Amino acid sequence: MTVRTRIIPCLDVANGRVVKGVNFVELQDAGDPVEQARVYDAAEADELCFLDITASHEERDTLLHIVERTAAVCFMPLTVGGGVRAPEDARRLLLAGADKVAVNSAAVSRPELVADMAERFGSQCVVGSIDARLTGSGWEIFTHGGRRATGIDALAHAQRLASLGAGELLVTSMDRDGTKDGYDLQLIRAIADSVPVPVIASGGVGTLDHLVAGVAEGHADAVLAASIFHYGTHSIAEARAALAGAGIPVRGVKNVG
Amino acid sequence: MSERIALIDYGAGNLRSVHNALAAAGAEGVAVTADADIVRAADRIVLPGVGAFGHCRDALAGLPGMIEALGDAVIDRARPFLGICVGMQLMAARGEEHGVHEGLGWIAGTVRPLVASDPRLKIPHMGWNDVDLAGSPPLLESGEAYFLHGYAVELDDPGAAYAVTDHGGPVTAAIGRDNMIGVQFHPEKSQGYGLSFLRRFLDWQP
Repeated sequence: MTVRTRIIPCLDVANGRVVKGVNFVELQDAGDPVEQARVYDAAEADELCFLDITASHEERDTLLHIVERTAAVCFMPLTVGGGVRAPEDARRLLLAGADKVAVNSAAVSRPELVADMAERFGSQCVVGSIDARLTGSGWEIFTHGGRRATGIDALAHAQRLASLGAGELLVTSMDRDGTKDGYDLQLIRAIADSVPVPVIASGGVGTLDHLVAGVAEGHADAVLAASIFHYGTHSIAEARAALAGAGIPVRGVKNVG
Repeated sequence: MSERIALIDYGAGNLRSVHNALAAAGAEGVAVTADADIVRAADRIVLPGVGAFGHCRDALAGLPGMIEALGDAVIDRARPFLGICVGMQLMAARGEEHGVHEGLGWIAGTVRPLVASDPRLKIPHMGWNDVDLAGSPPLLESGEAYFLHGYAVELDDPGAAYAVTDHGGPVTAAIGRDNMIGVQFHPEKSQGYGLSFLRRFLDWQP
């Protein structure tokens, strides 16, 4: 068989607490990112993503401690993003136990940051995170949580980050994020078909069919979702079964491929 | 007395993750070390590694006496050795990532970039994939493990691989001989499959 399509739950973390949280009954503290990470590890999520949406720099060290605690108890790959502005920020996250570090806004204003990180730590740990919206002429890069237009073409930016050494791209449609209407499949596919590195589809998942479409129609290598997992709408196992049912290779299922 | 396990710190490994996983697999006396004397005296040695082959090779060679200490312990005194990812690639004789670099030269092969045989094939090879055993290698079981690499070991004798995976064609997943084993996948990131492999390595009496 071939490399499996990855299912990646994403936890938004602010000031050390999970912003959108599950209400798993077995959790003593559902707002603790580490507790949630353990649940996803036990459920055999293929990877985990922490996105730090903390506003202030002062609270950033909180995230390092969370990454350390998570890496001590979870033996799956961990991607951490949010607030990475320099190679030193990435280094601290990697030393704390992150396997990959996502860069977003800083790579819009200074794409060479991606090359610096790839040079120092290797492409395999550099994730180029792209927030895009559909505008008149195509998809445009937006920063600041989708509020600030940049005039930069998303496809060109994606190709540039890959050529600078990003080992993977996390592509989020800001039009779809939070809508539960499904991924922007045209955006995901346009980027996935034009870069040599893996692409993670993000933004808008509300159903299991959306995950399947992200791979089958969006050509994504991995599917990221937040609320359908956090609120217990669907389990990792259900997501895996849905992908397998569509003939997409996933872990633990031998009769597809 | 518990064993002395040396986890080599040469500035190029995801040390914390490997250390955590070894501890979860039951290891007690793990020394994270850049000291050649500690490696020479160790009962068991783990060489991690992420990033570029050449950078890792230079970093390892930059530790005073480390290459020699590894030779003493692993070749002359047959201490069990585990190389992970680039640590496995370093066991090969040559690497061609970012120029030609000499490896440790323990296994005859060359480290070369993965090439996409099909435009839809993505490089790096990233994610869970099969570990298919070749013959009956020590320690390994067939299963699914997490891979994250853009370069791979091409053995001079492809039939000598301990295990292969598939990414647009066969890719070396594990190599070894005698008291040494190297895995391209990340046991420290492969949940139950990886931890049970590490447990077997910790018990290994080759």
